[in-house]
Amino acid sequence: MKRTDSKWLTWLPPVLTAGVILGLWQAIISVFHVPDYLLPTPRQVAGALWRDHEFLFNAALHTGGSALVGFFAAVIGGALVAVALANSRWMKAALYPWVLFVQMVPVVVMVPIFVLWFGAGFPSVVAISFVISFFPVVASTTLGLVSTDRALLELFAIQQATKLQEIFLLRVPSALPYFLTGVKIAATLAPIGAISGEFLAGTEPNTLGYILIYDRAIPGKMPEVFAVALVTCALGFMFVGAVQWLSWRLLRQWHESAQSSE
Amino acid sequence: MPAAAMPTATRVQLDGVSKRYAAGPEVLSPINLEAAPGDFVTLVGPSGCGKTTVLRLLAGLTEPSAGTLRIDDLEPAAARNHLAYIFQDPTLLPWLTARRNVELPMRLRGELPERRAAVARDLLQLVGLAEAENKFPRQLSGGMKMRVSIARALARRPGLLLLDEPFGALDEITRNRLNEDLLRLRQTTPFTAFFVTHSVGEAVFLSNRVVVLSPGPGRIVAEIAVPFPYPREAKLRESPEYQQLVAHATAALGKNSSPAVS
Repeated sequence: MKRTDSKWLTWLPPVLTAGVILGLWQAIISVFHVPDYLLPTPRQVAGALWRDHEFLFNAALHTGGSALVGFFAAVIGGALVAVALANSRWMKAALYPWVLFVQMVPVVVMVPIFVLWFGAGFPSVVAISFVISFFPVVASTTLGLVSTDRALLELFAIQQATKLQEIFLLRVPSALPYFLTGVKIAATLAPIGAISGEFLAGTEPNTLGYILIYDRAIPGKMPEVFAVALVTCALGFMFVGAVQWLSWRLLRQWHESAQSSE
Repeated sequence: MPAAAMPTATRVQLDGVSKRYAAGPEVLSPINLEAAPGDFVTLVGPSGCGKTTVLRLLAGLTEPSAGTLRIDDLEPAAARNHLAYIFQDPTLLPWLTARRNVELPMRLRGELPERRAAVARDLLQLVGLAEAENKFPRQLSGGMKMRVSIARALARRPGLLLLDEPFGALDEITRNRLNEDLLRLRQTTPFTAFFVTHSVGEAVFLSNRVVVLSPGPGRIVAEIAVPFPYPREAKLRESPEYQQLVAHATAALGKNSSPAVS
């Protein structure tokens, strides 16, 4: 009985919320007579989605591909940098402020630099996606690696574990939940980075960011812009969903964060 | 365990050992203490009397400020092969099953997986947890976790077992049963034990020597010999001799400090 209750609870409220938002959206347009070049109706957006679905799907694949490359580079690079930071006080003191510094540079400043270095289009798009999803992986993985339980470290010391055994049998597994939190944040940022990159430095017309460059300039294309926004959200959800699933697979047997579904 | 792997209980010697942390006050004033192979020495005393410090010194987790410690003529750091430490918390690795936790010391020593598993199964059986071998720590009760922790310590075949209030967090029934089991294990695998506790009853039941410490700074104020022969049974607790000795030890504790007897 409880179990079915909680299942209802996972899908019903978001669906109800969606209904309420759509209703409000339509109501605002009808009541305040908002012109559709400012705010299209839900029906117009759905129409645009349906009309361009093949094109949008293709664009989502391209954008998703760039985001995926940037995402993996950020996860692997971020984890390696975190291991370096966590294992040496010197490295941490020397590198961490600069990792933070790079994170502070706005995307619009990076774009001209990346375009000059890597060329416009795919390489710059991937670089931007990488840069904005890199930092959360570094920060949370480093935190995980340095917050290993002290008693467990002493246990390993008494058992004469080597440094490598300590890292791989103790520090890495206990940092896993932290690492996955960083990866989850990276998964939300990577597609956003890719679309921003395409919008600012893109050259391929069949990408979500590039579509926006055109559609926003043409009067009456507002439903298409909203359609792109929805596809972007769907793409982001797929990224996060995949990470969430992986995280659950890895942690379900031992970590509290993965217990709620039981 | 095969007879060839039988450990031999170690001799322990503390000569004028004192401890002061950095600029802080002395936590342990010079103490002299000697344990013959097979002795079960219990350290009792209120908080701050340096009981745990003695164990940490023996494990080489901290260095004495003065004096020498010898475990079978070796310095603590060199004697780690011969000792095991059981912490207040079970300190199990949450991502490993009970059996894999028990295997850990053997894994760190590089023993083969099949052999590790076989020995771990035997040890789990010995502590009465044969059916729990594939359970994760979060699925076990506090008492069961402590049993796994004991099995893991025995996997090191220790000549010296250091126990830092291992049963302090358990209810009395579980604590009594674990006390009886610990003595039973001692019949099959000989070890010298240093056991820290707040409970005078537990101290008298387990040990052949009760050492009473007093705080500010920590020093030995009394030593009580417990004459009851091993093996000891649960019904020992009902004998008047046992109760007299508990009363005697409690008085010794109370005379020298404001007691924190549980």
